[in-house]
Amino acid sequence: MIEFTSINFRTWAKLGQRGAFFGVAVFDIAEQYPKLMIVTADLGFLSGLERFMNQHPQKFVNVGIAEQNMIGVSAGLADEGHIVFATTYATFITMRSCEQVRHYLGYMQSNVKIVGSGAGLVMGFSGNTHYTIEDLSMVRAIPNITILSPADATESVKIALAAANHNGPVYVRLTGELNNPMVYKEDYPFEIGKAVVLRPLGNVTVFATGSMVYNAIKAAEILEAKGILVRVVNIHTIKPIDEAAIMESTQISKLLVSVEEHSKIGGLGAVVAECITQFGVAVPLLRLGIDDAFKHCGNYKYNLEQNGLLPEQLASAIENRYIAL
Amino acid sequence: MMETNLKIKTQQLAIALRNRALKMALDSGSNGAHLGGGLSAIEIFATLYGAVMKYNSAKPDDKERDRLIVSKGHCVLAYYTALNSFGFLSDDELLLFEQNGSFLHGHATRDISKGIEFSGGSLGMGVPYAVGVAIAGKRARLNHHVYVIVGDGECNEGSVWEALMSASHFKLDNITLIIDDNKLQYDGESKDVLNVGSLASKLDAFGFKTQSVDGHNVEALYNAFAQKAIGKPNAIVANTVKGKGVSFMEYRKEWHHSRLTPEQFQLAMAEQPTLILKSDD
Repeated sequence: MIEFTSINFRTWAKLGQRGAFFGVAVFDIAEQYPKLMIVTADLGFLSGLERFMNQHPQKFVNVGIAEQNMIGVSAGLADEGHIVFATTYATFITMRSCEQVRHYLGYMQSNVKIVGSGAGLVMGFSGNTHYTIEDLSMVRAIPNITILSPADATESVKIALAAANHNGPVYVRLTGELNNPMVYKEDYPFEIGKAVVLRPLGNVTVFATGSMVYNAIKAAEILEAKGILVRVVNIHTIKPIDEAAIMESTQISKLLVSVEEHSKIGGLGAVVAECITQFGVAVPLLRLGIDDAFKHCGNYKYNLEQNGLLPEQLASAIENRYIAL
Repeated sequence: MMETNLKIKTQQLAIALRNRALKMALDSGSNGAHLGGGLSAIEIFATLYGAVMKYNSAKPDDKERDRLIVSKGHCVLAYYTALNSFGFLSDDELLLFEQNGSFLHGHATRDISKGIEFSGGSLGMGVPYAVGVAIAGKRARLNHHVYVIVGDGECNEGSVWEALMSASHFKLDNITLIIDDNKLQYDGESKDVLNVGSLASKLDAFGFKTQSVDGHNVEALYNAFAQKAIGKPNAIVANTVKGKGVSFMEYRKEWHHSRLTPEQFQLAMAEQPTLILKSDD
């Protein structure tokens, strides 16, 4: 049984979100759920699944570099009663097999959890083919799929357990590097669909998801030093969205901000915009995310900087918008 | 070998399914139905349900049932009529075909209580799914067989071949692929649209035990189903005629999906054999 202790949180942070998911959480899931099956498309070792493959060869399927087939095989296994986690890079699992995700997870509602690793810009010099900037926009338009996006390695473990326990299709979006910065230093309650308020007070509310939660906290600290109090809300569940948390924020803050390592089109920013227009409240929304472009590539930090997603850049963008209110 | 009684019973079943399929197409009115690829698959469904597959319509979720994955989801005229003949769908339910809001869509939708394992419609989806079902069966040491029906046009889809590679890799001898090789697709003859050459030799090369048979001969189909490989997946290339059994539909791509007028229905029915084949006893 996994223990949610500060020592473990530090260990998991070193492994990153993917390492915590496939190197730690899956063993707990295998104990709890005898029908667990993990399917991959030639990304077993890279996903940190070596120990799992060795310990549970009967619970592991590698279909080779064939993502479309992976999703179909996973659905067949799921409909025979297995709880299936299928994994490869986020870009390929959501886009190469987009129609498969729609058909088997959305339409047939097969109990498959797809886990996309390396989402956002973290793939560095591998370049744009390996970046995942459109996935939230695409997957959230498909009915019946829950979308989860952990803020750090600890939340990655929590999300793995929650996804296994959730009866229905799930997309888990893993971001960040090894040595994932820690958002959570102590245990906290996690519930699918329930946003976590990390900083409760402020004239500005920042909704952040995935790797950007940590950067949003850092930006809030910078702004606090300048006298601007900023709330930070971790939207770990993109779908179904926690409408109450967004509504509450419109009553507390004068400015809303969304921050995501995803295109500014169709992701978290769009979700928040849809909510507030539906509510009919007039609160300005600053959407920060990846620009609508395929840029020249660089290392992770360079890529974040090119899109204004480093903490100082976030703070500056928020400050400018806040002052102009 | 197929016993004579079973053979005649299966032939009679095929005749009944084809009659019923034509009536279904008529009843679908101006919505139209997938006639060509439904009629080409009649004998395949008649043989599977009438003589080959293990199932119990009173217990449709039986773990040991054989699984039929209908990947060419548009052959519902053959599929729904077979489900009707064996107690999965009532006569009244069959009348719901292509009615607004009904569960009998133009492509079958998964509903185990009705004996429908898989949601078809998008081509190239059934074989990967069947591979997953077959792996699950192997690992659970279940004694069921997985049948998956695809069209020859459908084999244009790359996902089919990804799945075939994996069926062979995992030595899934509990799977049988049936290609309804009716040699026509939307835009014309398959060999003109995308010439894939010999499907049988490709399947051989992909590691399947492959048999090519007359897909309208229930005895030939039955014998092919009976010869299952050990340690490798099975494939049957069923040589069929699109629109089989209606002279003005056969070999005509225009009848892939079309409406059937009452006059055409009468002409088609006049060509159907009557159910008076005699058994030996």
